[in-house]
Amino acid sequence: MNFTLPLFSAAFPELILLSMTCIVLLADIFLPARLRGLTYYLTQLTLVLAFVAAFMQYQDYPEPIITFHRGYIVDKLAILSKLIMYVFSLFAFIYARDYIKERRIATGEYYLLGLFSVLGMSIMVSAYSLLTIYLGLELLSLSLYAMVAMYKDSTLATEAAIKYFVMGALASGLFLYGISLLYGITGDIQIATIAQTLQSNLNLVALVALIFIISGLIFKFGAVPFHMWVPDVYQGSATPVTLFIASAPKVAAFVIMVRVLVQALPSLQVAWEQVLILVAILSMFFGNLLAIAQTNLKRMLAYSSIAHIGYTLLGILAGPQSAQGYSAAMFYISTYVLVAAGAFAIIAILSKQGMEFDQLNDYRGLNARNPWLAFMMLLLMFSMAGVPPTVGFFAKLGLLQALVEAHLVWLAVLALVFALIGAYYYLRIVMLMYFEEPATPQHSQHIAVSPGLAAVISVNGVAALALGLLPSTFIDLCRISVG
Amino acid sequence: MTISLTEFLMLAAILFGLGMAGIIINRKNIIVLLMSIELILLAVNTNFVAFSYFLGNVVGQVFVFFVLTVAAAEAAIGLAILVVLYRRRGTIEVEQLDTLKG
Repeated sequence: MNFTLPLFSAAFPELILLSMTCIVLLADIFLPARLRGLTYYLTQLTLVLAFVAAFMQYQDYPEPIITFHRGYIVDKLAILSKLIMYVFSLFAFIYARDYIKERRIATGEYYLLGLFSVLGMSIMVSAYSLLTIYLGLELLSLSLYAMVAMYKDSTLATEAAIKYFVMGALASGLFLYGISLLYGITGDIQIATIAQTLQSNLNLVALVALIFIISGLIFKFGAVPFHMWVPDVYQGSATPVTLFIASAPKVAAFVIMVRVLVQALPSLQVAWEQVLILVAILSMFFGNLLAIAQTNLKRMLAYSSIAHIGYTLLGILAGPQSAQGYSAAMFYISTYVLVAAGAFAIIAILSKQGMEFDQLNDYRGLNARNPWLAFMMLLLMFSMAGVPPTVGFFAKLGLLQALVEAHLVWLAVLALVFALIGAYYYLRIVMLMYFEEPATPQHSQHIAVSPGLAAVISVNGVAALALGLLPSTFIDLCRISVG
Repeated sequence: MTISLTEFLMLAAILFGLGMAGIIINRKNIIVLLMSIELILLAVNTNFVAFSYFLGNVVGQVFVFFVLTVAAAEAAIGLAILVVLYRRRGTIEVEQLDTLKG
């Protein structure tokens, strides 16, 4: 038996993340109280370092590299999604800082759990065996459960945490059961080997395994019929936690969906395509329809995220027949995440003095109270609705093109109809902000925002516009990386 | 008498079904939910070990070790959340978890 040493340099971003997370952990414990603010800067430094490391890999590894006993891959898909995740986590931490400080939520823990989940996501997107995928997924999920529960003073947050935990653990169970059946048929858990073995040996058990695995993945992704946890968790968690859950983990979930369905189970493509068509239609339908009935903005955005995930699945299922399916889905999910992070950030910024700013009525007349924030919200809502020239328009356009190329015109028409239904509740917020008077006089004072936060949210909002005006660079990037 | 792979798989499937039923039917106690989750993970482990034995390769057994470790961490976090919930509410009944809805 011969041992080969793994190529450690391939996992450089993860190694940086892991070692720095340990350093931040120790620093947060042993530093005196007045230096405790350092945790935040160290956390951001970690993300920047990991970003630089991943960025260098983008040039260094033009070809995919598989190492760590064939359980770990560095390819363009992994690197690009890592870069996206690091940037979104960095933004999420910036937005979270004031909110958690004001509410005395354990601050150091938020960043540390955040770093651990970033590490989990990094491992997930680079995983090339089902074991690595599972471990990354659990590292992410466990950190997120704790993060939701961290807001101990809130009845809603604790309830959201236990619901999230039970649902998430059930999803892991389903996913694992599927993996165990897949292992039984193929005798291995490595993605390329599974794909190879299944080509020659396809049977009913593989189909059963597929159903379990898809259920687990859809649970984690948050699509109908396994979406029950999404609205509760989004509404119940502290807004920065919601922001974090709604951003980077979605990209990671998309990548493992591609890895498992497209790379490991291409021989079951006919089966999973049909399942995904059903899931996508149901998600778009229920997501958009239930969002209309909400009075809480966080809950509304939760239902809208279900709908958007339905759209992303359209890209995956169009992928095999269309050259641009996967890249359109990648573009869609990363730009959606950008926009959703911005929207939750605005809720977090507006929530002052222990008051949550998450009822739709709170947004009445926001334009008079803080025109710039209202304008940013307008850009983000337009982008979610898919109004040109924001980025949401090009994201939807790319998906519809892919669907037409894949000869699924009826699905494209259906997606368009649901997008029209969805536009109603996004534009309702714009209407509330610009054309309505504040509900009560005390809701009409000016809202001050610190210049730093205003600058960051502006970057976020303007990015939604700029990517819409000049989408080609990012679309090309997605095309190169996803293929 | 030798036990064949089918019997192991049947056992695992029954355990898995019990776990699922426990989560879906149970309306009383959250601790029962945690127990059901453990049952599901044990079903998975049984599957892995059985396959590993009958296929004659150790990958499944290695996987089981990881699942066991993660299950322990998962139970720890679940119980911690449960304690927070009980302190906040004074009850751990599933039916009372209905503040968030709509």
